[in-house]
Amino acid sequence: MDFYLTALLQGLCLSGIALGIYISMKIFNIPDITTDGSYTLGGAVTGMLLSNHLPTGIVLPIVIIAGGLAGIFTGLIHTKLKINPLLSGILVMTGLYSINLSIMGRSNIPLLNYKTLFDSFHFIADLNLNSLVILLLIATLLILLIGYILKSDYGITMRATGNSEKMVSALGVNIDRIKIVGLGFANALTAVSGFLMTQFQGFADINMGIGIVIVGLGSVIIADTFINWMNINSIWTSLILVCLGAILFQLVLAFTLSIGVDPTLLKLITALFVLSIVSLPRLNLIRN
Amino acid sequence: MIEFNHVYKSFNVGRPNEIAALRGINLHIEASEFLVLVGSNGSGKSTLLNLIAGNIFPTSGNIKIAGQNVNKLPEYKRSKWLARVFQNPLLGTAPELSIVENFRLASLRTSSKSLKIGLNANFKEEISDRIAVLGLGLENKLQQAMGSLSGGQRQALSLLMAVMADIQILLLDEPTAALDPRSATIVLETADKLIKDYSITAIMVTHNLKDAYQYGSRIIQLHDGKIKRDISKDKKELLSYVDMYEWFI
Repeated sequence: MDFYLTALLQGLCLSGIALGIYISMKIFNIPDITTDGSYTLGGAVTGMLLSNHLPTGIVLPIVIIAGGLAGIFTGLIHTKLKINPLLSGILVMTGLYSINLSIMGRSNIPLLNYKTLFDSFHFIADLNLNSLVILLLIATLLILLIGYILKSDYGITMRATGNSEKMVSALGVNIDRIKIVGLGFANALTAVSGFLMTQFQGFADINMGIGIVIVGLGSVIIADTFINWMNINSIWTSLILVCLGAILFQLVLAFTLSIGVDPTLLKLITALFVLSIVSLPRLNLIRN
Repeated sequence: MIEFNHVYKSFNVGRPNEIAALRGINLHIEASEFLVLVGSNGSGKSTLLNLIAGNIFPTSGNIKIAGQNVNKLPEYKRSKWLARVFQNPLLGTAPELSIVENFRLASLRTSSKSLKIGLNANFKEEISDRIAVLGLGLENKLQQAMGSLSGGQRQALSLLMAVMADIQILLLDEPTAALDPRSATIVLETADKLIKDYSITAIMVTHNLKDAYQYGSRIIQLHDGKIKRDISKDKKELLSYVDMYEWFI
């Protein structure tokens, strides 16, 4: 049971990535690979600052700014230099590897002896359940924040940008700027995931971000399948489904491990799982 | 309202496929004039409209809008004056957003898009009243996605959206080319009414001579990037439908 609880907690840690990818991919239609780098960046900054005895409350805003800057760079390269968004993301992600390494100073920072977010609040005696409460609170806050932003005038403009760029441009919106802000926002959320995961697992690692973008994409695609299937229009429900997608994703991985699949095959299974979710609606269509 | 002084526009300058789309346009469009642009394909109508909208900039010459020189002013900075209705009804609206969200966007044309929630009950009521004027029965479907409507309905709504904020210039780029005759009439009637009610300066590009004859206060025929005919309001009233057909023979 603890096994699945851990998966649930990991899923909640990763809901930041899922929400970030939801913004970059579903709202702006930009496949953003920066995610791999900005997730590790969030972890690296957290590891470095916490091991220098900074409180987690100060670390979080710095992580958000760092992640935001990474996204802004990708946005600038994409909009100002007119470079394909996929390539822009790959460039920033590659550059971030070195930056992350120099922030950390080594490839791994253990945090077991330092005070983390999960040691700072005590709602319930049981450690895992206490983490669950903390993560649920954070996920709720993130959903409330993003939901509010997407419902505001600025958010409607953001949603329209990915949908009908020509209209938004004719409406007097600086498209470049709104994309840059959007990518910054998405990567700030991703970095928050790195911040949470680092403290949850008790270490920051330079390789923690490899292939993490697929986790975000998978979560969004799971959510999207439900959104289309149940014809959901509400932004709140969509955001909740995205977070549930992140959790479901981790639960499926936990399940495959628990039935004795070799952990070396985990990434392959992840890829196959995402493939099956993507193809499911299409296979259904063919049958009909 | 809009002034063109010796405006030239060429595409692919310096290459073998250089095209001179506009060759020395001098044009004065007065406030609240409804100008109809006609001309065969390649005569420069769309280029002229795009120069006003600001998607392209003149090669030489001067364009002024409301007294201000706008030669290099990008499209999004001109939105305080002008709105545009596209030929393709899909371009003027965001299909995945609801009707009321589209109108919210349109109402923010001249103001900043802040982090306020502007889409409240009052706003919905106001939009519902405005849409009711069209008589298409859409006022009760505000939450429906824009993409689920027909081309004619979307085009009529994009006209209404265009006048949500206080604009002075309305650009109509063959607004009815993709519509069936009945929808086309609804859209043009709506446009005509809104242009008069809000005394907007309007410029419409059309291939339909009947529409050009029926609507608008001034007709300009472009030919090979130059103004061939300029029929003012008084002369337009004397013009017959048959005369116009002869322009193109």
